[in-house]
Amino acid sequence: MTKEILENAVSVKGVYKNYGEVEALRDMSLDFPKGQLTSLLGPSGCGKTTLLKIIAGLLPATQGEVIVNGKVVTKPGPDRAFVFQDFALMPWANVIRNVAFGLELRGVGKVEREEIASKYIGNVGLKGFEHSFPHELSGGMRQRVGLARALSVDSPVLLMDEPFSAVDEQTRRKFQEDLLNLVKNENKTFIFVTHSIEEAVYVSDQIALLLPRPSRVSEIIKPSGFRHKDVDSIRKDSEYLDTVESIWKSLRTYVE
Amino acid sequence: MLSRSLFLKLLSGALIFGAWEYAGRTGVNYALPTFLESMKALFDMTVSGLIFEAYADTLRPLAIGVLISSFIGVGIGVWVGLSEKFDWMFSPIFIIMQAAPLAALIPLLIMAYGIGLTSKVFVVCIMAMPVIVLNTSGAVKNTPSSVKEMARSFLGSEKDVILKIIIPAASPVIFAGLRLGVSAGFIGAILAELKITPTGVGDIISYSRMTADYPSMYAAIFSIILLAVLFLNLLEKIENYLFKGNNQGYIS
Repeated sequence: MTKEILENAVSVKGVYKNYGEVEALRDMSLDFPKGQLTSLLGPSGCGKTTLLKIIAGLLPATQGEVIVNGKVVTKPGPDRAFVFQDFALMPWANVIRNVAFGLELRGVGKVEREEIASKYIGNVGLKGFEHSFPHELSGGMRQRVGLARALSVDSPVLLMDEPFSAVDEQTRRKFQEDLLNLVKNENKTFIFVTHSIEEAVYVSDQIALLLPRPSRVSEIIKPSGFRHKDVDSIRKDSEYLDTVESIWKSLRTYVE
Repeated sequence: MLSRSLFLKLLSGALIFGAWEYAGRTGVNYALPTFLESMKALFDMTVSGLIFEAYADTLRPLAIGVLISSFIGVGIGVWVGLSEKFDWMFSPIFIIMQAAPLAALIPLLIMAYGIGLTSKVFVVCIMAMPVIVLNTSGAVKNTPSSVKEMARSFLGSEKDVILKIIIPAASPVIFAGLRLGVSAGFIGAILAELKITPTGVGDIISYSRMTADYPSMYAAIFSIILLAVLFLNLLEKIENYLFKGNNQGYIS
C-alpha cells in the first residue's frame, strides 16, 4: 500500500485574534488537506466562525499567517469562495443576478456570466427559478442560491459558515446528502463550520474539534470506516454512531 | 379591464368626493362648498387660463426646490451615512431644520434673501430636505453588514460595495424619504406664497378667501393636492423601474 502525502490547500499557522481585551483565538495552527472536507466543530463561542473569516480574508488576524496553495493571504481572493449562514442574498436582485454576482464583480460580461450562472442554478436544483426574487423562495432555496453563487466562481477552496443551520431539519438532511455528492464530484477543498456533531461526522473527511475561549484545537478526528458507504447507510453505521458519542463526551465537559 | 390598483384609487376618490359633496349640501359649514361647485370653479379657471398662469408662477420655486432637495438631499444623505466626520458636521443642521417652526424662520429668510424666488426656493428646501437627508443617511448606515461582507468576499471594491450594495439596499427607505420630502415640498411652495408674497396658486387661495369665493379656494387647494398625488405616483413608477425587486407585493 503506497502512502500518499496529501498536499495542504490551506494552512493556518500560529494565528492569534484579539477583539480588544478578549482573546478569541490563541496560537491556532491547523492544516486542511487538498480535495477533502474538513469540519471545524465546537460549541458556541469557540472561535470557529472567526477562524473561517480570517481564512477568507474578511477579518485580519492579530498575529500569525494563513497560507492558501502556497501563498500567504491577508485579503479575500479568487482562490476562496464563501457560503454565508444567513444566505447574504441581495433582496433587490433576482436569482440569476445573485448567482452571477461573484462573476459580475470580477468583470465577466453579462451573457457569459448568466450562462455560467444558469448551469449552476440547474446543478443545485433551482432550474426554472432564475427570475424569481429571494422573498419568493423558501429558506432552503435561498441557501441553494448562495451555494450556486459560491460554486460559480470556481474557486479551489470553498468556505462554508454553518450553511445549513438556518433551514429546517428535513432540508438540512437533504443538504448533507447533497454535500457528500458534491465533495465526491468537485475537485475542491471544503472547510465547513458547524456546531452539530452528527452533521460533522456525516459529511467530513476530517474533523477539527475546537474548544472555547481561547480557541484551540483539542483533537483531529478522521472518520474512515464508513466514508465509502452510500448516503442512506451512513447514519446507521456503528462507527458513525460511536464517533458521534465519543465527540459528545469530549465536548460535554466544556458545555457544563 | 382596470388594474386592481387603479380601480382602488378611483374607488377611494369616488368615496371622498361623494362625502365632500354630501357635507357641502347638508351645510356642515357655511364656508364649505360642495364638491361639484368646486369642480365648476376649477373648470372655469381652466377655461380662462387662470390656473395655468398661476401654476407657471408656483411651479418655479416648487420644481427648483424639489429637484435640489431630491438630488442634493440624497447625495448629502449618502455621504453623511458613509462618513462619520460628515455626519458630525451636517446631521445637526438638518435635524434643526426639521424641528424649527417654519413660520418663525420665514421673517429671517425675508431679511436675508428678500421676497423673491430665492426665499421661496429656500422654504421648499427647508420643508423637503431634512427628511430626505435623514432617511437616506439612516438607510445607508443601517445596511445589513452580511451583504456588504458578501460583496467583499467576492472581491468587490469599495466603489462596488457603495454602488451595488449600499445604495440598492437603501433604496426603499430613500424613496420613502423622497415621498415624504416631496410632499412636504409641495406644502412649502404654497406656504411660501401665503406667507411671503402672494403669487400663483397661493395667491388664488388667499384672494378667493378674502373675497369669500370659497369654491375657487377649494378648487385651488384641490388642484395642488392632485398635482402632488400625480407626482407621488410618478415617483413610485420611477422606483419600480430602477429597483424592480423592491416591489415585494405591497406597493399598491
